[in-house]
Amino acid sequence: MINSRATQLDAEIISNKRVGSYNHMVFAVNELAGACRPGNFVAIAVGGQSSSMILRRAFAIYRATMRADGVGLLELVVAPQGSGSKWLSSQSIGQKVNVIAPLGTAFGIPTEPVSALLVGGGYGSAPLFALAETLKSRGCRVDMVLGASTAGKIYAPLEGKRSVNSLTITTDDGSAGTTGRVSEVLPALIDQHQTDVIYSCGPMAMLEAITAISQQAGIVHQCSVEESMACGIGVCMTCVLPVKGDDGVIRMTRTCIDGPVMDGNRVLWTRSREIPDGVWGK
Amino acid sequence: MNFDFGTSIAGTFFPNPIFTASGCAGSGKELVHFFPLNELGAIVTKSIMIKPRSGRSTPRMAETPSGMLNSIGLQGPGIELFLENDIPWLRDQGARIIVSIAGETVEDYAVLARKLRNISGLSALEVNISCPNVENRGQVFACNPETARDAIAAVRRNIGGELPIIAKLSPDVTDISAIAESVVDAGADGLALINTLLGMVIDTNTMSPKLSQRTGGLSGPAIRPIAVRAIYQVRAAIPSIPIVGMGGVTNGRDAFELVLAGANAISIGTATFGNPMAAISIKEELEELCISRGFSSFKEVIGYAHRVDSTLTREN
Repeated sequence: MINSRATQLDAEIISNKRVGSYNHMVFAVNELAGACRPGNFVAIAVGGQSSSMILRRAFAIYRATMRADGVGLLELVVAPQGSGSKWLSSQSIGQKVNVIAPLGTAFGIPTEPVSALLVGGGYGSAPLFALAETLKSRGCRVDMVLGASTAGKIYAPLEGKRSVNSLTITTDDGSAGTTGRVSEVLPALIDQHQTDVIYSCGPMAMLEAITAISQQAGIVHQCSVEESMACGIGVCMTCVLPVKGDDGVIRMTRTCIDGPVMDGNRVLWTRSREIPDGVWGK
Repeated sequence: MNFDFGTSIAGTFFPNPIFTASGCAGSGKELVHFFPLNELGAIVTKSIMIKPRSGRSTPRMAETPSGMLNSIGLQGPGIELFLENDIPWLRDQGARIIVSIAGETVEDYAVLARKLRNISGLSALEVNISCPNVENRGQVFACNPETARDAIAAVRRNIGGELPIIAKLSPDVTDISAIAESVVDAGADGLALINTLLGMVIDTNTMSPKLSQRTGGLSGPAIRPIAVRAIYQVRAAIPSIPIVGMGGVTNGRDAFELVLAGANAISIGTATFGNPMAAISIKEELEELCISRGFSSFKEVIGYAHRVDSTLTREN
């Protein structure tokens, strides 16, 4: 079912700053900020009233907090790549945009202190900092690995780094941290920190690679997936992935409602143009 | 103000003419989070097939200028689970229900009609013979007058009773009026115009089609002039047939345009993806617009653009 706290409202942009390759944007919202959990996402209408861009854009929530004066703050990290995110990141302070939030599932928080490894690819690091704070407040050990093609695409703000025990950076071009991909440094980190659970967010190929590593290590892997999405509220059926349910049946599952946070071990990662064998209704 | 917003499709009354479009509202379980489903004239459910169906692989979606392509491929639970879960739930919501069905063969349509003939609480049956997202274009019944007639005739023979049959047609044909006449001959009580148009987007970075199954159905405001044209032509060809119009309706003005062309009701599809409250605001805007133009009932607006003096009087 749809996130029961989802609300639609016009939100004023109160801050918009360029950080590396990204824009850190803050929106004034109401008490819905208090309903947002790490892993939830928002869907924002872009382009203005007569825009030819008819679909909302989905963004993982970077942070959601309630100010003492009762104003809710919703913070996003926007990568100005497509025409919609470029439009959003070019909006000035004081402009209002239509937001639906919070949507989707949240990262599961362990009831006992565990050793957690958080892995982000590119702007996929966005939801991991609020998660790190939550885990830290529950007494967990939190190690973080962030990877990107190049240093400018690593999103790791100073305040975010405070809540992690260690931060490892990888870049494909070696411009920061270890040269290579996040998956290459993971096995050693899992050993070193006795990791109990991996949380990840980033490109699908990265999530697939992490799933293979987590399965080998026999640890839990909660990942936030990204599949192209038209509505964000569960009606359009475009954002599906083959996922094994509690009953063992593999269904084409909506990542906007049953995700974006999913158990990586239950996703049938495939880059084929065919529905995998064994999927219900194939 | 005593504006009469009611409309009728083949003898079935709806308190207002705004419906959902099949495949754009599921069975209402998500939209009910945003508004009570009985505020709309009817909920048209996602086209259901006999068996559970996985649909197509992803990517299933590509945004286009003022529109989008989709290639869902009729993902759904199959008629048995649908009747067990979705229909009782929709009845509990007090929604007026139009069930949409889709088949791969004429016999499929007959079987689905038999499954639905004794289900209480339905307002109408939409027979989707025009989904473009099937393996074989030859399976798009609505692309040919004979196959279209066969599918509708199979439903007519098996449905019994008084449940109106609405045939959903494709605009991807040379002469939509000919297809319309064929399905009306076969026993359709109404028409749903229009389904999506077959399109393709090629990603210029990967230099391959963006959708996994290459083609998809184009919807959204980009296709609205085609919907207006199709509705206008069919209304002219068959003046008495009820038409559920759809195609890129995003606001009250757009709905008004399709009604002027001849639609007896309007389905809201892609607009819901951009705004879950779209159908409700379109309903309010359409009613206001009809009143502001001096109409005292919705029925007076239907096909108003066809009046004989329409080229002589210019109203602004």
